[in-house]
Order: sequence, then C-alpha cells, then structure tokens
Amino acid sequence: MAITIEEVRHIAALARLRLTPAEEKRYSEQLSAILDYAARLKEVDTADIPPTATVLPLQAPLREDAARPGPSREGIMQNAPSQEEGMFRVPPVFDAEE
Amino acid sequence: MTTLIDLSLLEAVESLRGGDVSSVELTQACLERMEALEPKVCAFLEQTPELALQQARAADQKLTTWRKQGGDPPPIMLGIPIAVKDVLCMQDIPTTCGSKILEGFRPPYTATSVQRLLDDGVVVLGKTNTDEFAMGSSTENSAYGPTHNPWDLERVPGGSSGGSAAAVAARMCYAALGSDTGGSIRQPASFCGVTGLKTSYGRVSRYGLIAYGSSLDTVGGLARSAADFLPLFTAMAGYDPLDSTCMPVEVPEISLEDINLKGLRIGVPKEYFIEGIQPEVEEKVRAAVDLFKELGVTVREISLPHTDLALPVYYLIAPAEASANLARYDAVRFGPRLESDELLEQYLATRGAYFGSEVKRRIMLGTYALSAGYYDAYYGQAQKVRTLIKGDFEAAFESVDLIACPVAPTTAFRIGEHGDDPLSMYLEDVFTLPANLAGVPGLAFNVGFDSKGMPIGMQLKAPHLNEPSLFHAAHAYQQATSWHEEKPPL
Repeated sequence: MAITIEEVRHIAALARLRLTPAEEKRYSEQLSAILDYAARLKEVDTADIPPTATVLPLQAPLREDAARPGPSREGIMQNAPSQEEGMFRVPPVFDAEE
Repeated sequence: MTTLIDLSLLEAVESLRGGDVSSVELTQACLERMEALEPKVCAFLEQTPELALQQARAADQKLTTWRKQGGDPPPIMLGIPIAVKDVLCMQDIPTTCGSKILEGFRPPYTATSVQRLLDDGVVVLGKTNTDEFAMGSSTENSAYGPTHNPWDLERVPGGSSGGSAAAVAARMCYAALGSDTGGSIRQPASFCGVTGLKTSYGRVSRYGLIAYGSSLDTVGGLARSAADFLPLFTAMAGYDPLDSTCMPVEVPEISLEDINLKGLRIGVPKEYFIEGIQPEVEEKVRAAVDLFKELGVTVREISLPHTDLALPVYYLIAPAEASANLARYDAVRFGPRLESDELLEQYLATRGAYFGSEVKRRIMLGTYALSAGYYDAYYGQAQKVRTLIKGDFEAAFESVDLIACPVAPTTAFRIGEHGDDPLSMYLEDVFTLPANLAGVPGLAFNVGFDSKGMPIGMQLKAPHLNEPSLFHAAHAYQQATSWHEEKPPL
C-alpha cells in the first residue's frame, strides 16, 4: 500500500506538523512499508470479535467529588513560552474583521 | 571488601537500619560513581545531587531517631538512592521525555508513583535518559544523545528505559523507575543484565506519567534482583483517585521467605522460538526453564497462536493513541515556541521543528490509522485483533500459572545498527508487545551471557494483577543462580 507524497502532506496537515521535502519523501516510503506489514491484519477474520479499547474489567471508578490542592498558578505559568498579565499569550485566533 | 555501590538494595537497607552506613554515605557513593561513569554511559538527562543529599540528610535524621527511640521500623525505601525515568513528572525538576519540545519544562506536580516513594523517604539522584516520549527500543531516539550499554559502550542499552537500565547495571543507583508501553522496561533490563518489572495495567497509577499510549502505558522499574525491586513495587502499587484507570483493588502483601515452586506450572509458548532468534538466546532461556524444572516447576509447551499479529496491532494502536496524546504539545502552555503571527503557523513550525523523527513518524502513522476512510480498516481492525491476543493469554492461563519466554530475539545491538529502518527496529519488540496488549504483568531478568559477553534475558508473564507469582518465581531462580550478581567491566 503506497502512501503518496500528497497523502503524507494531508496527514501532516491533520497532525499539525511541518515536514521538509526530504521528510515527506522518507515518510512516504517508511509509512508505506509499515502499512504493508500491517496489511496482514486484514486477513484475520474478526467478524464476531468485539474491539478491545481497554483491558480493564471494570467501569471507571467514581471518586469523591472533594476539593483538593492542585498545582499552583505560578508553577503552571512558569512554563508558559509567552504570557501577559498572568495569562498564556497566543496569536489572534479570530480575524478582527470577522 | 564490598564497596557501598556493590551492596544490594536490601543489604543497603540492612546497613542503614543497623547504623553501619548513612544515607548520605550511600548517596555520595552513588554520586561519585555517576561522576566517574556518566561521561561514558550517559544514563542521566538531569542530575539532582543537591536534592539527593538534602533527602539523604532528612532520611538519616529519621533513621537516627528510630534507632534511639525504637518503634515500628521505617519504610524500607527510606534513604535509598534511586533514579527516575524522565517520563515521570517531579515537581520543579526539569522533565523533557528526551524531547526538545519539552526543553526547560518544570512540572508543577509530581507523579503519584514517585510521590509514594518520596513519602517513604527515598533519595532521587536524577532523571534518566529515554527514547523521545518513550518511543523506541534503544534510547537512540533521545534528542539528547544515546545512552551506552555498561557491558559494551559501543552497544545500546535497549529502550526506552535505557537510561534507568544502564544506571542500575553500572551501579550508579540501587533501583530505577521506568515505564513500559511495549517492552520499555523489560527489553532494556534484558540488554543490561538487570531485573525489570512491567506491572499489570491498572496496578500502578499513571498520574504524572507523560502519556504515550494510554491503553498500554504502565509504570514499573528496574533493580539488580527481583527481591531488590519488591519494596519499590509495594510502595508504588495501589489505587489512586487521580488516575481513573488505576484499579481500586487491594495489593497483596508479597513475602519472599520460604518460597517453594513445587506445583507451579510454567508454559513455554512455541511461537516465541522463531526463526531469526539468536541461538544463544534460545539456549540460555531453555536452560533457565530447565532450572525451573529442577526447582519443582511443571513445564509444558503451550501455544499463543496470535503472537505474530501483536507487532502490527501494536504499531497501529500505540501510534494512534500517541497522535492524540501528543496533540497537547502546542507551544501555548509549555515548551519552546517558534513565534508567528498566526496560530496555525505556530503549531506547524514548532511541532515540525521540535519533535524528533521517530515521534513524527508515529504521529503520522497514528493520524493516518485514525483518519476518515481508514479508521475501520486499521485502528478498528487492530482493536479487534487485540481481543484475540488477549484471548490467547486468557486461554493459556487456564492451564499454566506463568509463561516463560525470551525478552528479545537478540542481545544488545550496536549503536546505529538499525540505521533509519524503523520496521527492523520495531521487530526488536516482538516478544514484549503482547503483554502490553493483554495488560498482563511481565518480569525480565538475566539468565546468562552470549559469546560476546552481552546479557540474555528471560521473561515471565503472569495473569493480570498476579505480580506475586512473578516475584516468587524470579526470586527462587535468583537464589539458585548468580547471573544477577554479575557486574559489567567498567
């Protein structure tokens, strides 16, 4: 199953990754090889087999809805690559004209 | 004369309690060992000597008070120096997961597994190297350079917990924490000749473990023997309300006294002795099985018929989960940022520049497997085949108590040997992935060496939540043999 350069670009856009032309070429070859290998799964008859999303035998347990100390604001904000007035600073998300 | 670094963890505990040695002395011995060997081994990403000595002094105070006043014995891990894989958060200690995208990150909280050990008074020497986001089988994918195998510095220590395995093997610490998503504790334990436990999924809290594949990730670790790792397991295991996948079930108390393996049934799966396996690996693992027979174990051949499908299943499910988990690296809340006037451009540039090539490859693979038109054929089908693999174990454990097999098809390979061939590297994980897909625990330990002097590991797997039988069997083996006491020629 060949993954074309165009498909690589499409996936990279979905994954929010900028790739160099060399990376696009390499990933197109490597993803094709890996997916070829994975193709053997298609031959397995799974008509009556349910999927396994988790191995846990239980429902997620509920815990008491009680207040507890969390990480400090300073502790969190010390990692911000850019901040303003104690908030994370990001480029505009919406166009001012809209 | 036995130097302090050559003490086993349990001997160090006895010496501390007896007042023959202080935690500060143990810690200094480890720090000196690190100073001497780190330039060659590169096991650590971050060393924390000041913190370690501060913790050691606090431990010594508690030990002195206890010796004077008596009372209940202190926690076993009090004052014992360990290392922590750099995928587990420790408040205010730089944590990178071996990635440039987390360079400079100081977590605002501590992982539950680490916190429970800190509460017991453990000493943390530093954070150990890992393949970026735990994605790899050699530690070569760390953005900060590879770790070297203490048995042969030209070879890899395995991965992704390669830094932890190398640090334990080189005797820079008495134990180290790791994580295992597809073999990341067991395979480096095997390559470095130490003992490594992958816990049952849900047994140890994942809170504060930086996520890779959430349905597969487990916290565990490594030490020189099963007996040495037991107190860490006991400290870490058990329900945590901060992780909804951590099971609210009691952790049985495990005693290693008067172990008798008579009546234990071990199954040897024929699918794990395949063409391409290094002959010495098969030979030593079969010899270890024979020794178990001498210890009174009943051994029989079993079949896990879907074993060969574990690799393609894992390499669809784990990347799919990773592609979702790693969406959080958006250069908004943490990590370096390539500034732009446009948010989308900022995402693309930052993620493209700071994720390494294996991480990008898995994000791409996972995004593809989850994308419209391919979801059912890849991710959905992989989840169904995962059910069959889990079923293999359930069927096998109806007639045996443990499964014994090799950890990896080969001993440690040379740094750079797999080049840029991801599929050949993935094949290294063929014997470890099934336990993660089934959620069962596995323990790896040294059962001999190949002709080049590289360690060979055996793996025992047990039913879900059955860690006690792993400890019992491995401890009995290690009492009858001395492979785990071998020391690399550094």
